[in-house]
Amino acid sequence: MAKMTPEPVQVIKQRRDVALRRLVASIPYVNFMGIYFERRGDELTAIMPFRDDLVGNPALPALHGGATAAFLEIASVIELTWSTLWNAIENDHMAPDDIEIGKTLLMPKTIDFTVDYLRSGLPRDGYARARINRAGRRYASVSVEAWQDNRSRLFATASGHFIVPQVVT
Amino acid sequence: MTEASKDAAQALINALPHAKALGMRFISSSEGEVTMEMPYDPRFIGDPATGVIHGGAVYALLDTCSGAAVFAHPDHKGATATIDLRVDYMRPAAPGQPIRATATCYNMTRTVAFVRAIATDTRDDKPVAMASGTFVTGI
Repeated sequence: MAKMTPEPVQVIKQRRDVALRRLVASIPYVNFMGIYFERRGDELTAIMPFRDDLVGNPALPALHGGATAAFLEIASVIELTWSTLWNAIENDHMAPDDIEIGKTLLMPKTIDFTVDYLRSGLPRDGYARARINRAGRRYASVSVEAWQDNRSRLFATASGHFIVPQVVT
Repeated sequence: MTEASKDAAQALINALPHAKALGMRFISSSEGEVTMEMPYDPRFIGDPATGVIHGGAVYALLDTCSGAAVFAHPDHKGATATIDLRVDYMRPAAPGQPIRATATCYNMTRTVAFVRAIATDTRDDKPVAMASGTFVTGI
């Protein structure tokens, strides 16, 4: 039996990046907040560049608690959706161009979300990574941590529960 | 509440850049209780298939309203900041409708304020979301 030539790495990367871009670009609130994602393999880092309109306390200044919460919730929702999409795309069940929210992809729904504010958010870019602790057929439990200048000095952590996203093929 | 004091409360909200960016409006307040509203805006959509507002925007409204309730408590001194806040999302907010939040600061110690908040849309029978949290006080 002839050995199949492996797919070029650039083709694989391109497919993953297009899928991620398509997902993120289709959610207006993610764009409103100026949040974007970087990818290493299947690992995502959410980035929220500092902007004056994310401030809640102009005297300090400090990020608004609501902006921090939104950042962490977006990081969690995208992580959960991405992990579902990843399987569909890697196993060739779906092409990136087929991603259409409401048709081929049903977004997760937040059941509850709890943020711990560990220190005030500085007027700097924020970074966040979410971890899926468990995803069953219906529910998922996700935790997420966020930092700014120092990876070891978290400024907020959060955990939440979600109705899991569905890929419809 | 006089129109002048309502304008003063709205000015306090507008001084918070992110609350202003989300278009939050002051509605009313009494001792330890504040009601605020956030308009529907297509930029806040979290699920493009349904047009439902992202949970993060609802969270921001509940957090702002809760912090304001701490300020409205007669025993509060100084500034405030959220220690933790949990939001339960009971149902999607109706697309096209503003979301109204009422927060109550129901207990206050020398250092910690305890707050509950509820968010509704114009279908008033069932809440959209509820929150409970703790805030820094006396700093």
